[in-house]
Amino acid sequence: MHAFTTLTGLVAVLNRVNVDTDQIIPKQFLKTIKRTGLRDGLFFDWRKKKDGSPDPEFFLNQPRYHGATILLSRDNFGCGSSREHAPWALLDQGYRCIIAPSFADIFYNNCFQNGILPAVLKAEEVQALMQAVFKTPGYELTVDLANQTVETPSGTSYRFDIDPFRKHCLYHGLDSIGLTLQHEAAITEYEARRENEAPWLFADRRS
Amino acid sequence: MAGKTLFDKIWESHVVREEPDGTTLLYIDRQLVHEVTSPQAFEGLKLAGRLPRRPATILAVPDHNVPTTDRKFGIADPISAKQIQTLEENCREFGITLFGMNDVRQGIVHVIGPEQGFTLPGTTIVCGDSHTSTHGAFGALAFGIGTSEVEHVLATQCLIQRRPKTMEIRVDGRLSPHCSAKDVVLAIIGKIGTAGGIGYVIEYTGSAIRALSMEGRMTLCNMSIEAGARAGLVAPDDKTIAHIKGRPLAPAGPMFDEAVRAWQQLKTETTANYDATITLRAEEIAPQVSWGTSPGMVTGVDQRVPDPRAMSDDKSRQAAERALEYMGLTPNTPITDIRIDKVFIGSCTNSRIEDLRLAAGMAKGKHVAKGVHALVVPGSGLVKQQAEQEGLDRVFKEAGFEWREAGCSMCLAMNADVLQPGERCASTSNRNFEGRQGAGGRTHLVSPAMAVAAAVEGHFVDIRKWN
Repeated sequence: MHAFTTLTGLVAVLNRVNVDTDQIIPKQFLKTIKRTGLRDGLFFDWRKKKDGSPDPEFFLNQPRYHGATILLSRDNFGCGSSREHAPWALLDQGYRCIIAPSFADIFYNNCFQNGILPAVLKAEEVQALMQAVFKTPGYELTVDLANQTVETPSGTSYRFDIDPFRKHCLYHGLDSIGLTLQHEAAITEYEARRENEAPWLFADRRS
Repeated sequence: MAGKTLFDKIWESHVVREEPDGTTLLYIDRQLVHEVTSPQAFEGLKLAGRLPRRPATILAVPDHNVPTTDRKFGIADPISAKQIQTLEENCREFGITLFGMNDVRQGIVHVIGPEQGFTLPGTTIVCGDSHTSTHGAFGALAFGIGTSEVEHVLATQCLIQRRPKTMEIRVDGRLSPHCSAKDVVLAIIGKIGTAGGIGYVIEYTGSAIRALSMEGRMTLCNMSIEAGARAGLVAPDDKTIAHIKGRPLAPAGPMFDEAVRAWQQLKTETTANYDATITLRAEEIAPQVSWGTSPGMVTGVDQRVPDPRAMSDDKSRQAAERALEYMGLTPNTPITDIRIDKVFIGSCTNSRIEDLRLAAGMAKGKHVAKGVHALVVPGSGLVKQQAEQEGLDRVFKEAGFEWREAGCSMCLAMNADVLQPGERCASTSNRNFEGRQGAGGRTHLVSPAMAVAAAVEGHFVDIRKWN
């Protein structure tokens, strides 16, 4: 997994609440057995007008947002389906950080598994940043994971909370399965204890 | 000292280790696997040279991509076929039980878990599918995970978690006739919003919840994720135990009795505290119909399509305006004036035998309205078989409904069952997102009873006044 330390990048805006994973990557792109190459499916329906032509208003079609690595959006980003194809598609398009006032649980977890930082800022802070982006073509932010800050070009710094363990793993790009396997002895010990309490859950270990 | 909640008891019995900062290695008893979210997990396992730790705790089934029409000729779409074939190969390679496409036990992953007795109280259950919350109906801590975590559980039988908060949603009183668990959960989401449950595990309590059947409790817990919650729980009781007894994968004989004694302890103690409590009165819940593109955009069938101009909050107003434009609805239209083109009865929310019995009971002697296309998709091959033994298929067919093979079908339209742009559907599924049932398709979430009435009349009707 990619490590995430600091990122200075162009900011794109998707000014909608409840952006669900069905929109981020529609179902027809879930038939793949790979993790890569999903950018063509990113917001597949939203990037088009009803007649099928590209919607010039949609952020992915706006030249000013080309090359963006940070996405700014509204509440409950990533709600709905558990599909990890959603962060895979965002990553494939180049996004390494999503900023929103709240995220749906499963999407939030999935980001960390893929080296993407989902940063929670207050609704009014997101609002202020959106206004700044709208007013300023080429607007960039600096996201600093160690200090847990989002810094604006004018020097304003917004702090976000993050669970220390997740931060550590993201910062160092650690393989979480490898970390868990370091506790192999504890898992085995747990299984022995639990088998005693709830033997009906361990029929496979007796056969 | 405060007592323990049901959630506390399940969580604490699954802690392998806890770090000083609260990061917890949580043991996972059971994993359900389907074709869409597992190929990359198995690939990861292979690339790292790892093996599943306890293959016998995994049950796999293809459901999202399977056709609901005659399967003799396989799957027409080669990409869907490849995904299902990949699941079969992975299960064979790693010794995982798979109910293949032509196995009568095949069905929607969240229908077959309970059906087989794979879902048990007090367990932790995961699946690469957000509707894993369904299994909480049995007092199991069950939640959806992404593909990386699917791989994590395969390799380690554990997940790295932080303890969520607890929310009690208490529904007391008696539901009015024709109102069901679906109406209860839609009303709850309407009340707390689609982000209201973020960070929480919900425990549903109260006399109206106790009165629900196991099928009803599954419907309720299924849509906990639509309220943003990690999981939903109902404490096991005599109904739960009766439902599990004798199922193929459930414990049997003295082991069953021993398990029952443990399951009877799985209730929230009277001195326990929840982090939040929400209460509803069952009598006040009307049959629900969603009007927008998020499950929280829902109202009673006796109401009107809301007027965004009356909304004080900017974000809500903009979201409602956009939703109404997508849905092709005019503010203040009575819900009962909304005409529909399609009806879908199925999905992990409402495709169990009780749902089909109720729907068939209402469809009997009636006929689907002219111009309406209605589909019934049982949740599993065994549900289908049971329904056919009871003659429900004939009732549906005589009433003009199509009777299909088991699968996820038009809930997310990954197979050939798709809405066309602009088509409007009364659906017993769980998500009304834009394009969910097909690009440009318009979904209204309802209960099975409401779906049947809409199919017959061609528009929504208040089933409390319908005969």
